Amino acid sequence: MHVIRDDGSLDPTLDPGLSVDQVVALYKAMVRTRVVDDRLEKIQRQGRIAFHVGSLGEEAAIIGAAAALRDRDWIVPCYREVGALLWRGYPLQQYIDHMYGNADDPLRGRQMPDHTFSRAHRYLSVSAPIGTQIPHAVGVAMAAKKRGLDECVGVFFGDGATSSNDFHAAMNFAAVYEAPVLFLCRNNGYAISLPTQRQTATRTLAEKAAAYRIPAARIDGNDVLAVWRAVREGAERAANQGGPTFIELITYRLGGHSTSDDPRVYRSQEETDSWRKLDPLLRLRKHIEQRTAWNDDLDGDWRAVCDAEVKECVRRAEEKPPPELGDMFGDVYAEQPWHLREQQAQCLGGPRASDEEDES
Amino acid sequence: MTRMNLVQAINSGLRGALQQDETVLLMGEDIGQLGGVFRVTQGLQEEFGADRVLDTPLSETGILGTAIGMALHGLRPVTEIQFADFIYPGFDQLVSEAAKYRYRTAGEFHVPMVVRTPYGGGIRGGQYHSQSPEALFIQTPGLKVVCPSNPYDAKGLLLEAIRDEDPVLFFEPKRVYRAVKMDVPDAPYTVPLGEAKIVRPGEQVTCVAWGAMLYEAFTAAEEVAKRGVDVEVIDLRTLWPLDVDTIVSSVEKTGRIVVVHEAPRTCGFGGELVALVAERAFLRLEAPPVRVTGWDTPFPLTHEHEYLPLAHRIVPALLETARY
Repeated sequence: MHVIRDDGSLDPTLDPGLSVDQVVALYKAMVRTRVVDDRLEKIQRQGRIAFHVGSLGEEAAIIGAAAALRDRDWIVPCYREVGALLWRGYPLQQYIDHMYGNADDPLRGRQMPDHTFSRAHRYLSVSAPIGTQIPHAVGVAMAAKKRGLDECVGVFFGDGATSSNDFHAAMNFAAVYEAPVLFLCRNNGYAISLPTQRQTATRTLAEKAAAYRIPAARIDGNDVLAVWRAVREGAERAANQGGPTFIELITYRLGGHSTSDDPRVYRSQEETDSWRKLDPLLRLRKHIEQRTAWNDDLDGDWRAVCDAEVKECVRRAEEKPPPELGDMFGDVYAEQPWHLREQQAQCLGGPRASDEEDES
Repeated sequence: MTRMNLVQAINSGLRGALQQDETVLLMGEDIGQLGGVFRVTQGLQEEFGADRVLDTPLSETGILGTAIGMALHGLRPVTEIQFADFIYPGFDQLVSEAAKYRYRTAGEFHVPMVVRTPYGGGIRGGQYHSQSPEALFIQTPGLKVVCPSNPYDAKGLLLEAIRDEDPVLFFEPKRVYRAVKMDVPDAPYTVPLGEAKIVRPGEQVTCVAWGAMLYEAFTAAEEVAKRGVDVEVIDLRTLWPLDVDTIVSSVEKTGRIVVVHEAPRTCGFGGELVALVAERAFLRLEAPPVRVTGWDTPFPLTHEHEYLPLAHRIVPALLETARY
């Protein structure tokens, strides 16, 4: 499904009717996510952060879906969806502090970069093993239904996750219990190096939903309004006790899997270049230029604002000390048992790796 | 008070939890209409409805993964894994997800769920209906592991586990599901987690056991008493977090320890227990610590009574330790 046509105009039969302000807000959020990604990739290359997993080229699939959900709906992320969290108003400084694992990192340096979460923004926690979050999303949806709450859950995962046992278990449970959940499958072409055509023998990922009797849609994931429309339809189905929906968002990961990846090994420059022409930002910009006075100057100004913001956050993050060492021993259980009290005291009173670094 | 076996006491505990707290629900394979393959949940779906006692599709990943989601959103799921041997398809959900959710969200989210599962051998179950995988979960930071031996403790510990804010593995000794009967209060009550119980005071050897093997340890202790060896038997009840003080004070008195468990010896929980005792009571030890355990083989069928650390193997271990 496409809503934004190649010339930037909207297909009137599919136009979801967003206001100019809403469309501009989507565009600005997508640009901001891209600028943040770009800056984080640069500082990772300089060795200032350990790792980053970006969303270059997938901004429409991520932010379009987040925007179509209501504030009270839950987002269950894979690991590439920080744009959705920022869309919901998560402070950029907090995200950058997390990327540095510093004293203000909400995770207190316990996890690799890009493992965000926020109860206030109804955004569950990122876990690296693939597919594990999908049954959690179904459980949250089942709980919401049992508690009589008007909420649904959007769970993100990639094409590779459709091979995981958690995916199949979750799809089956969702259908059996008619859980108000949206399966948001970002088919970005690759699971690290493996192309989608070799991930599965099915022609599409959406057709897998039929086996569970879950309604499915296949959407141009680079068309933010098509994403918005499909996700809103699924959310309305969920709200009307219609159960789960599977949405295949066809997109392309323009960057590497993460900063640790080199995609030149497994795909051609021509292929990537052909997808660059389908960049979701270009398509949306063409549309808003038709509806507003948006132009190169305004675009450059907005990018500069975003870059200044992230640079300032980075500057502050780098000034902050690491978290307290004792924090390493917290939150294992609701109350700290004797063995962790004992080990914490041993660690705090014992030799430190940082002592040796100081000597060398 | 009603005379109950373990199955009845656990059923009574689950009924109490469902009555007391509307956020509690049960999930598992065949637990509703059938009442579970061991009938532990018999009658509960009829009483509380299919919305609170869920017959789930056949997927341990699905049961445990969706239970985590429910626990994250205000419910207290009590799941049943039909046999502990079947827990491995859901192992990742327990070890990487349930156990770590609190830590990886700095306490913003947590997973108050219980995983009940019958464990252990002696029922002619072969290698896939007999295993004791407790050590795998004890080594996972973030999980609590409970293993009652009798009906009173089973009900009280279960109710405490359901109230607990952390994920709890609740291993049920199926070999003695119906073999032990006790007077159990009909109303809900709790037994605190993390407290072992001295079930037979003694002066010469400390014998630590849990679950079904507690009875073998006790029988062996009575047997060696006839030969003049006085054994103190400790029922751990909660395996982790451990009541290390009760064990260490006992060994400070006796100077000797024998640990009994069904799981294979290598990297079994017995190794950790004797290490803790060696670290804390080394100068009080009068004999090398001894482990009487399952062998390091898959669990067998025909010779299961030679595999299990039954009284016939515990008796000589106690005698040799006492006479060392």
